[in-house]
Amino acid sequence: MQDWMGNVLIALILTDLLLLGSSQLRNAIRLMAVQGFVLGLLPWLAHGKLTGAALLMGATSAVLKGGVFPALLRWASREIHVRREIEPLVGYIPSLLIGLGVLTGAFVAGARLTLPWASPSPLLIPTGLFTAWTGLFLIMARRKALTQVLGYIVLENGIFILGMVVVEAMPLLVELGVLLDVFAGVFVMGILVFHINREFSHIDVDQLDALREETL
Amino acid sequence: MLQIVLAVALSPLLPVVIQRVKALFAGRQGPPWLQGYFDLWKLLRKGGTYSRTTTWVFRAGPLVNFACLLVALLILPLGGLPAVVSFDGDWILLAYMLALGRFCMVVAALDTGSSFEGMGASREVQFAVFTEPALLLGLAALARETGMMSLSGMYGELALTGEVPFRILLSAGMFILYLAENCRIPVDDPATHLELTMIHEVMVLDHGAVDFGLIQWGGALKLWVVGALWSGLLPLGALRHPLALLLAGLGGLLGLAVLTGVVESVMARLRLLRMPQLLVGAGMMCALSLLLTFR
Repeated sequence: MQDWMGNVLIALILTDLLLLGSSQLRNAIRLMAVQGFVLGLLPWLAHGKLTGAALLMGATSAVLKGGVFPALLRWASREIHVRREIEPLVGYIPSLLIGLGVLTGAFVAGARLTLPWASPSPLLIPTGLFTAWTGLFLIMARRKALTQVLGYIVLENGIFILGMVVVEAMPLLVELGVLLDVFAGVFVMGILVFHINREFSHIDVDQLDALREETL
Repeated sequence: MLQIVLAVALSPLLPVVIQRVKALFAGRQGPPWLQGYFDLWKLLRKGGTYSRTTTWVFRAGPLVNFACLLVALLILPLGGLPAVVSFDGDWILLAYMLALGRFCMVVAALDTGSSFEGMGASREVQFAVFTEPALLLGLAALARETGMMSLSGMYGELALTGEVPFRILLSAGMFILYLAENCRIPVDDPATHLELTMIHEVMVLDHGAVDFGLIQWGGALKLWVVGALWSGLLPLGALRHPLALLLAGLGGLLGLAVLTGVVESVMARLRLLRMPQLLVGAGMMCALSLLLTFR
């Protein structure tokens, strides 16, 4: 079981790296869907056996992050005709290189961090930290609002992975509540992005700090 | 010793295997199996023509490249069989041998003073900037995973231990490296006819006769050398008999050539601008496999 958990976590690290290097929005959404789906397996693997709580948590996460969010984002990107991220603030290759540096740091931190509970896998903490950082980085370094929503979901994925360490201690309700919050958040953001696009005919967040009258 | 003889004798088969697979995909028959030897025989008998602007550097290039690959063969284990010579840190020598060979080819290309060849040389070293760190990272990951410092030790130990995700990551990275080092399709198209889009082929435009024969032969040897680095990652732990190991190594090389042919048939070349992304990706996978050994 230990080995399977490691494999799943390595797959998650790979999706993070791919997200950092992908310019096509459609590919990024697909990657996020894969990540969300794989994430659903984690509670089961972390418990070591299939309990009702793990199944519920995993299934909810897989359905929401692997199915609903990607569908929502795909709909938004089709409605507002955004295909790819053009001119990100940090280019793709620098993103990957920075990501590698942070990943190294995450491994160092994961080795040093002392936990009140024994971690189910030595890779869990580095993967969680790195995924959360990837989400944060996507929010900071990309221009399109849609990519930032995507980054927000990835950030939540990272927190979900970190939560696996305390999977025995954390009540199911808390995790489900967080999922609900994220769902509401993504829903609102999806609609918001749609309206921003209708109003300004672009979703470039860099231009949103100027008043409309000035730009005209 | 057998390995080196085999490598020098059998390597001209590899490019033909790739070409035949491509031909199969296109519904053609492809060249005869021994075409590589026919070409070498033709080229090695020819008398050379040299431009007056070239110096000895131009003639030395292919020779040094070929010699470097022979040295690399000396320290290279094939399919779990130990190499002829083996010492601590020989994997660094291997990386430098590949780099020295490339350097001499680039210098020879620059020596002609042709602008096309200068362009090709520039691209060749531009991509080497990405492939060389990736290769070193990959080999360092191997050294760290197995706790050995020589290539033979590393590959011998890996056949027995070695985790599955580590193997998959490293072999994926190494496969991209193999394609890039050997100028195969997503990076460079060996069959292209337009000088502007060539990388490796444009560097050797002015070479002829024996020099060109050595370049062809060297290219085949390079397929062998980098291919052996890849096929050593296959899980061959169950095999004990040396002959079985040797056959498995050869089979790995052959399978890799077939795989390359398939990749060349189903993929188009990447745009030059996208190339660094692919190569950095290969480096990422090697670096990630190195990181995995630290947990």
